[in-house]
Amino acid sequence: MLNDVQKHILSVVADMASTPEGAVNIRVDGKKALRQNSEHITITSKTDKDGIDIRIAPHTHAESVHIPVVLSASGFHDMVYNDFFVGEGADVTIVAGCGIHNCGDCDSEHDGIHTFYVGKNAKVRYIEKHYGEGEGSGKRILNPQTILYLEEGASVTLETSQIRGVDDTKRYTKAECNGKDSEIIIQEKLLTHGEQHAVSEMDILLNGENGRTQVVSRSVAQDGSSQIFYPRVQGNALCFGHVQCDAIIMGHARVRSIPEITCNHVDATLIHEAAIGKIAGEQILKLMTLGLSAEEAEQRILEGFLR
Amino acid sequence: MLELQNISFSVDNDTGKSEILKDISLTVEDRKFIVITGPNGGGKTTLAKAIMGIVRPTAGRILYNGTDITDKSVSDRAKLGISYGFQQPPRFKGMKVRDLLSIAAGKTLSHDSACAYLTQVGLCARDYLNRDVDASLSGGEVKRIEIATILARQAELMIFDEPEAGIDLWSFARLTETFREIHDRQQATILIISHQERIIRLADEILLVSNGMLTDRGTVDEIYPKIMAQTVRACNLLEVDGTC
Repeated sequence: MLNDVQKHILSVVADMASTPEGAVNIRVDGKKALRQNSEHITITSKTDKDGIDIRIAPHTHAESVHIPVVLSASGFHDMVYNDFFVGEGADVTIVAGCGIHNCGDCDSEHDGIHTFYVGKNAKVRYIEKHYGEGEGSGKRILNPQTILYLEEGASVTLETSQIRGVDDTKRYTKAECNGKDSEIIIQEKLLTHGEQHAVSEMDILLNGENGRTQVVSRSVAQDGSSQIFYPRVQGNALCFGHVQCDAIIMGHARVRSIPEITCNHVDATLIHEAAIGKIAGEQILKLMTLGLSAEEAEQRILEGFLR
Repeated sequence: MLELQNISFSVDNDTGKSEILKDISLTVEDRKFIVITGPNGGGKTTLAKAIMGIVRPTAGRILYNGTDITDKSVSDRAKLGISYGFQQPPRFKGMKVRDLLSIAAGKTLSHDSACAYLTQVGLCARDYLNRDVDASLSGGEVKRIEIATILARQAELMIFDEPEAGIDLWSFARLTETFREIHDRQQATILIISHQERIIRLADEILLVSNGMLTDRGTVDEIYPKIMAQTVRACNLLEVDGTC
């Protein structure tokens, strides 16, 4: 039975006001709180380490998987290994948020290692929201790793967002587009405030012919927070990749962005763009001419940027 | 009614003080269509920005509907019913055209209402409502969206700074019609900075601003021939001097 704090976190990180349809696995303070399978998706516990295997049958269509994690016990350190086996031709949405409520003085940490094996022509939309709350002085730490292996024609879209309240995060994403015509799209949104620190590192290997990637990273660093981005894309065949990192910096925050592109094949085309800057005064002024206060204008600009 | 009393604006520069606006006084009656024109660098945009509160005059007072707004913020003036279309509008990453129109309207706009505003500036709503107002749009598209936000605002005083700039001929014709319709319906007071004859000919009154001063004002028939005479003479002089 979930308490109100846990229910609130589930609603924030996974939009779950109630138990959704499809396959579901809710993990609370390191334990299984709820599990259900769907017609073509089965979830089983691992036997050698903490975590689950999610098996999505070939050609599964319009079924979803929700695997949110809640940490509500202060001082709890959670490490979990979740493996996704996505069958050929499947088309699924996976929702995997994590929220920490820490009202104590000890640090709470969740390290989730997600590995995806995406079959031929399968299509995956993966949504991950991270959030922290609680009045305690203990840190809220989230260190996600997402590792993906894509077969021929597979397509994965990762939509990750750190909403707020996460004191420390070290995010690592590795995608190997091994199959011909495989595609990985990453849309990363990240907000830090106070004295928070975030690192996001990516390795994308375009190994298969006609592989494609698009990375769009948007972040806002407020107050005295700091962020570092290391998106790296390697083109090892005929391929196309585009990396775009944009950051809005506020207060006395610091942001480093170090995109790296490597072409190891004459037909690889890779592009990177990076921009860091404060909100343009003319943007605020424009919204003020539409009746918003300066503070409201700033808020609307940030909301749009991180949407 | 808008009333400017002895408005001056100056800035400090390397050579001392530069006077951008010099003691401008004028009154604009409600529901009038006014075009401000004049040579580049003459102070037109600064004058319009002073009315919106984007620049603060160094001397003089501005009254709007009897209220002294000289010290009021941009937001306060917007709430009083003044709107301003920028000559070079900013872009917003992540903000959709639909969002910007809704902010302008002060409420979530229905699909039909948002479409209507875009249609008035010659844009097809289906193609634009869900697009970001970012670098993916051309200068002309952003400009037309900017004008649509002013229409959505439905303010009593609409100020447009060179609305024609960057807009293709077809869209410009549509835009001119929109200005005419607003004026015909007596919806708002329109103050447009423009150099386009087609817009100038719609005006009830033309204000000629040059060298920071209001140098002349009158109807189209009174002012336009003078402008033409001056510009033609200036051109001829340049040709004679051989410095053109």
